[in-house]
Amino acid sequence: MRYLTDRKRAVGKGAAHMGTENHWYMSVSAVALAFMMPIWVYLFGHALGQSHDAVVATFARPFPAILTGLVLFVSMRHFAKGATMMIEDYLHGFIRRVLIILTYSLSYVITATGMYALARIAL
Amino acid sequence: MFVSIKNRASFRAGRSTRSRNGRDKPMVQFTLPKNSKIRTGKTWPKPAGRNVRKFQIYRWTPDDGENPRVDTYFVDMDTCGPMILDALIKIKNTIDPTLTFRRSCREGICGSCAMNIDGINTLACTCGFDEVKGDVKIYPLPHMPVIKDLIPDLTHFYAQHASIMPWLETKTNPPAKEWRQSIDDRKKLDGLYECVMCASCSTACPSYWWNSEKYLGPAALLHAYRWIIDSRDEATPERLDELEDPFKLYRCHTIMNCTKTCPKGLNPAKAIAEIKKMMIERVV
Repeated sequence: MRYLTDRKRAVGKGAAHMGTENHWYMSVSAVALAFMMPIWVYLFGHALGQSHDAVVATFARPFPAILTGLVLFVSMRHFAKGATMMIEDYLHGFIRRVLIILTYSLSYVITATGMYALARIAL
Repeated sequence: MFVSIKNRASFRAGRSTRSRNGRDKPMVQFTLPKNSKIRTGKTWPKPAGRNVRKFQIYRWTPDDGENPRVDTYFVDMDTCGPMILDALIKIKNTIDPTLTFRRSCREGICGSCAMNIDGINTLACTCGFDEVKGDVKIYPLPHMPVIKDLIPDLTHFYAQHASIMPWLETKTNPPAKEWRQSIDDRKKLDGLYECVMCASCSTACPSYWWNSEKYLGPAALLHAYRWIIDSRDEATPERLDELEDPFKLYRCHTIMNCTKTCPKGLNPAKAIAEIKKMMIERVV
């Protein structure tokens, strides 16, 4: 039991003075992904089912390689921020913080792994 | 008189993540606790008449320690006014005087009689019977602590409204006569000043259900925008600073329940989007 006034409860710890950059990034990356994803899915679908050499040759070309790298980086950043938003919606306290750390870690691991694979193919 | 609040009208939503002792719970709850499960209540006698309608109304009182229940009433519509509030007043006057609800102006100005009617948060005084098909189901505003029957506890909601400084803030010396405003600037307040703070929008918002202790909710944000956009107000930077927060403002995910349910036909979602736009204009 805490004897807090209603106003004190409503104000809480005050504004964090952040969130706009996150909102702007999500808006910009959503637009970027809307353009990049269809092209990447077309490239990926075209390569799907082909021989190993043909796939490597496809993703060794500059445009598919750069596009794949961009899609990987932007989509994983978008995923991490979006998933964090969902976690913040539904979970609280210690579990929230742990899951946010895990989400960010997962996105970085996927990005790094993908970039490494791409470098092996393209370089 | 202090009334203990232990029940919640969270029949469609989950429960708040903040327990009564103020500590955070780890996760939203999707089921009601045992003492909030709704059971079938009393069925009152059906009067004679050709135009009788059935009302199922949420009842709960802190005095008897019982679970909430849904009582069934029958009202002869030929002897009753055309609005849901008319029927509630008739039930209270002629059938069950213990039925408790807020009402005042009975014309959509005071916002007192906001409740959940037929699954929609609205004002009982402006909701006609012809808008409801079948039995009329009436519950308090969802996901708010219940004081009694159809009366939710709006203390936190009002405190959030107060926190956005809903008044004109000026630094310049007051003019001799009045603060002047152009016709175009005055028009910008249309669709904002009409809000009657009935809480229908905030209690229809899932983001507000899950994070009401931090998220200001559509009603408070609509009022915040009303003062931000006011050409006479000189505290725009401070107001925007106070709103720039991942929870206070950015917990709005443009679900649009607020706009859909607003009994005054306002658009809180647009007001929130305008605030976000102003935030971006400060950065980019």
